[in-house]
Amino acid sequence: MAASGIVFVLFVLVHMYGNLKAFSGEVAFNEYAHHLRIFGEPMLPENGLLWIIRIVLLVSLVAHVGSAVALMRRARAQRPVKYQVKRNNASSLSSRTMRWGGLTLFVFLIWHLLNFTIVKINPAGDQSADITENPYRLMVSSFDLWWMTLIYLVAMLALGFHLHHGTYSALQTLGWVNSASARAKAKIAGWVIAIVIAGGFSLVPLAVLFGVID
Amino acid sequence: MNLTLKIWRQASSSAPGGIHTYQLGGVSEDMSFLEMLDLLNEELVTKGEEPVAFDSDCREGICGMCSLMINGQAHGPEVTTTCQLHMRSFKDGDTITIEPWRASTFPVIKDLIVDRSAFDRIIQSGGYISANTGSAPEANSVPAPRDKAMHAFNAATCIGCGACVAACPNGSASLFMGAKITHLGDLPQGQPERYSRVVGMVAQHDHEGFGGCTNIGECTAACPKGIPLDVISQLNKDLRTAMVHGF
Repeated sequence: MAASGIVFVLFVLVHMYGNLKAFSGEVAFNEYAHHLRIFGEPMLPENGLLWIIRIVLLVSLVAHVGSAVALMRRARAQRPVKYQVKRNNASSLSSRTMRWGGLTLFVFLIWHLLNFTIVKINPAGDQSADITENPYRLMVSSFDLWWMTLIYLVAMLALGFHLHHGTYSALQTLGWVNSASARAKAKIAGWVIAIVIAGGFSLVPLAVLFGVID
Repeated sequence: MNLTLKIWRQASSSAPGGIHTYQLGGVSEDMSFLEMLDLLNEELVTKGEEPVAFDSDCREGICGMCSLMINGQAHGPEVTTTCQLHMRSFKDGDTITIEPWRASTFPVIKDLIVDRSAFDRIIQSGGYISANTGSAPEANSVPAPRDKAMHAFNAATCIGCGACVAACPNGSASLFMGAKITHLGDLPQGQPERYSRVVGMVAQHDHEGFGGCTNIGECTAACPKGIPLDVISQLNKDLRTAMVHGF
């Protein structure tokens, strides 16, 4: 769970950085998107790096979901009779929403890939190649719709929650939080990662919606 | 003070259980929680009813026998054991729900009494040091650094009451295991069996059916001895080292 989670944290960090290229304009953004495809040529074939990353992500996803399901099954089997009254005294909201939040992210991921990678759906309607094969135009066209921006912001809220507990939890699972001061630092790391990544991702759709990017 | 008590009654481990409601008057705020239950039981016996079965032994907060979920909190609202919880923590007219620990690894024997033998089996699978029996060794012959000794002692205050398992949404016993791993792993005497210990204890923990730890921290908040989450990180670190070295 922790190892696959760290793969995702590193991935979303780089992904978020790439998205911020939108602030440099259409040429820079599309150049970045194109460069990802030819990264490492001629040592790697076209899309070589992308496929390596996709396979690593897919394996991590299977490991992450598999671990989550195993944990959930063990927890259910362990407490067949529920408490009549149960209070949460210490757990954060983010830690208690890991399962539903994870499911939210999974559903979002399917739409996100259909939107920008697998099918390249323009939710605004115009499915011509001028837009769907131009990453920058497809992005602007998508986030010009308020409800698309809303979907992405909700997903980023879920991502922020997931990263807040996930980062801290991964450090704890890997055995790196062995003192009170290390715990304080690990909790701060959770906040920083969550705010930087979810906040960084949210900037682009908000900028499109408010006309900063067009 | 007058109280409304909602208490889980269950005749045996195989019988279905349910909540029964009792009205209890004449409770003094100086009574311990268990003395309040004693008072209820005296009334029940006088009326010819079956008294409520609950566990207790030392009644001074060190044995780990008392184990009640009180209004959804293990050992009730204070950071202490149920026997050291006093009725001054409640108000006149309060409704108090009392349940046993809920975990398939801690089956209910009767009413509020659960069987915590699973903890004993975890300890038996590594939570000890092998030493020759006979006269006690000279205490100062194996020096331990003071900070390590204090850290070990803090972890050793675990009384094995099971509140960590009861409070954990996953029903994990990681805090219990981590306390023993940290206690013995900090001291020179614990080193020879350090890595076989963690592997053995975790294997028995999982075999018993305890849940996995998701680091949410309900266990440490419920622990009457305030054992910190650090011990779970230490458990994970020792387990990682053991796996790397092929234990």
